[in-house]
Amino acid sequence: MPNRLELTGITKQFPGVLANDHVSFAVKPGEIHALLGENGAGKSTLVKMIYGIMQPDAGEIRWNGEPVVVANPKAARKLGIGMVFQHFSLFEALTVLENIALGMDAKIPSRELESRIRAVMETYGLALDPHRTVATLSVGERQRIEIVRALLLDPQLLIMDEPTSVLTPQEVEQLFTVLRTLAAEGCSILYISHKLHEIKALCDTATILRGGKLVDTCDPKQETSRSMAEKMIGTGLKDIVKAEGGAFGPPKLVVNRLSTIKTGHFDVAVDDVSFTVRAGEILGVAGVAGNGQNALLDALSGELIGDDREAITIDGFGIGMMNTTQRRKQGLCAVPEERNGHAAVGDFSLSDNSVLTARDRLGMVVLGLINSGAAKTYTGKVIADFAVKALGPASTAGSLSGGNLQKYIMGREILQKPSVLVVSQPTWGVDAGAAAAIHQALVDLAAAGSAIVVISQDLDELRALCDTLAVINMGRLSATRPVKDFSVEEIGLLMGGVHGSMETA
Amino acid sequence: MDLTIAILVTVVGASTPILIAALGELVVERSGVLNLGVEGMMLLGAIAGFVVQFHTGNHYLALICGAGAGMAASLIFGFLTLSLSANQTATGLALTIFGTGFSALAGASYSARPVSLMSPIFPELAAHPVLRVLFGYSFPAYFAIFMVFAIWFFLKKTRAGLILRAVGENDLSAHSIGYSVVKVRYFAVMFGGAMAGIAGACFPLTLTPQWAEGMTAGRGWIAVALVVFASWRPFRLLGGAYLFGLVMTMELYAKAGGGPLSAIPSELWAALPYIATIVVLVLISLRRDASTNAPACLGKPFMPSN
Repeated sequence: MPNRLELTGITKQFPGVLANDHVSFAVKPGEIHALLGENGAGKSTLVKMIYGIMQPDAGEIRWNGEPVVVANPKAARKLGIGMVFQHFSLFEALTVLENIALGMDAKIPSRELESRIRAVMETYGLALDPHRTVATLSVGERQRIEIVRALLLDPQLLIMDEPTSVLTPQEVEQLFTVLRTLAAEGCSILYISHKLHEIKALCDTATILRGGKLVDTCDPKQETSRSMAEKMIGTGLKDIVKAEGGAFGPPKLVVNRLSTIKTGHFDVAVDDVSFTVRAGEILGVAGVAGNGQNALLDALSGELIGDDREAITIDGFGIGMMNTTQRRKQGLCAVPEERNGHAAVGDFSLSDNSVLTARDRLGMVVLGLINSGAAKTYTGKVIADFAVKALGPASTAGSLSGGNLQKYIMGREILQKPSVLVVSQPTWGVDAGAAAAIHQALVDLAAAGSAIVVISQDLDELRALCDTLAVINMGRLSATRPVKDFSVEEIGLLMGGVHGSMETA
Repeated sequence: MDLTIAILVTVVGASTPILIAALGELVVERSGVLNLGVEGMMLLGAIAGFVVQFHTGNHYLALICGAGAGMAASLIFGFLTLSLSANQTATGLALTIFGTGFSALAGASYSARPVSLMSPIFPELAAHPVLRVLFGYSFPAYFAIFMVFAIWFFLKKTRAGLILRAVGENDLSAHSIGYSVVKVRYFAVMFGGAMAGIAGACFPLTLTPQWAEGMTAGRGWIAVALVVFASWRPFRLLGGAYLFGLVMTMELYAKAGGGPLSAIPSELWAALPYIATIVVLVLISLRRDASTNAPACLGKPFMPSN
């Protein structure tokens, strides 16, 4: 049987960058093939050429053994290549059915289309009401629309571009089941990701790209996450360097019986949460998305102002009724999960974004006037220290890639040397090399005497980074214990809401 | 009884131009474009319709020319906002000012020259004391109601209507799927212009058989407000337009000293449609969920990234 897809010597040159340099690999029928690499390794370019969005400068694409030229996405769909993009192109006010109809090349009567959609959903266990409005759906359900749209064309190859970056663990599990079913029926899957444990769990083969070149094609089940990560970044992965046996200082951030009020229909409020973080300590808050993490971050950062001054204290000083600006002056900085639009203003320059959070702590505003020189100098330092790929302090936040913007935001807060730092998903969508740098910066900040709270859904990250750990479930926080005392199973049970004897611990 | 019938007949007459203009604006806004030039396009339609009627005596030709005038004006708006990405609010206001001035200039020599009103479609039934509520109107009243159904069907049931809504909802996605956002919006804007022109022509052809400067008297603005009032839905627009027509007719009867209506000062009656508009807009903005139904790209210029 010929290979489903075979690339030979694919090369693509952009002005100043060789995005793909003689890349060759093959995907067999029914194979789940991972395409692995850091941001900027050339994965997206390669996939865009397979899907016909771009044309290669050199090299050959063979489809089921025959050489083909994929002129455009329509031609790709005709061949039987489907793609699910990382960013969905959906219409919020329209129904699922209308969204799918808009994306079909052929005009199909809506009744026939609906029965075909229902058949596809039935086959793959993709629950979705075709008449629901997209605005009412979760991110995972929205992704299912894109998957159904691709499956309606009976693809022989399905390309998934970082499909899990926005999903909850349960949704990831459901997605994997669908993908495995598809593969068992002979559909090949090209799976782009940099989440190594997912690739180990799902994929049969992994092709690793670095700097546009193919580094290795391997069997992920034979490799460790670490060995694949090292192939991705090209050097040995740096371990987090932690001073061993360092004793913690006195309690720095003390949260005592903190509760919030439900703000929206889909929000989970924080319910009677207490914990203590000492100087030099990194506390991890684990939990499945949507269990009150957002409310906890907002309550700590000051976006939600409480009614009890003593519910949150820094060095014994009550800040529970202060707003964000006052809390920043007291030494508490925070990084919310959503980086573009919440942590940074996309249309503003990086310099202006620095002024927004660092103005008081670093004296960037004098008598109501912005000291733009100071802002520019500080932003330049953030860019240099955190290796942010940006043209300079004047480039807009929105022009940065997700990973680079995250590095800038983390740098902007860490270099303010806050005495308490609260961060949510610090390395979400950031590649392995950059994640290691962010982790190291957090550890260094703690070593200098700050108290740090890391809210994350990535257990590997929390176990590597944190000293102590607590689990949040339905707005309630488990007792805090040293990370070493937790087994993965125990954390998993706590995330699922089984508190057991932990309540009294 | 006779008074009720008379009031109802007046209500339908007063509501019809508002309904026609608002239906056009509804389609325009559903495609993501906010055209505040409705009042100006109506005045251009009114003068064009009047002049054609005055010289040819043909009412239907006058309506068509009114539509043409409105459409021509909307093309100016479309060129500026869609091809040149000018600010839609400012351009729409400019169009209204232009339409007001130009119609006054063109109509200067026509003032106080009477024309004939359009006659009812069913002359026998129009004379009936009761049935004239249903059958006593000229062509535009029936055209307006037909268009309510037609536009509902177009938006809800046809692929072209789905594409138009998609363009108004998320222009970038529609563009990336492969639809021409600018082309769809041009068609919508031209349709809105034609409808506004017809609505304007209704004033000299069905209401007051002469030309008077600024004779649409702000009804274009009420039409714009009605679209929001109706949450961009054609059937709510029908109800809303008749409701506004009723309030405006009440004002006339109150002024004329018609019994119980005079208990409320006529100034209050005159202000009621505008007060109602403000109240409704406030109520709608309080409901911050998807049911407000506003097209997500309304008023934003389309700028694809490359």
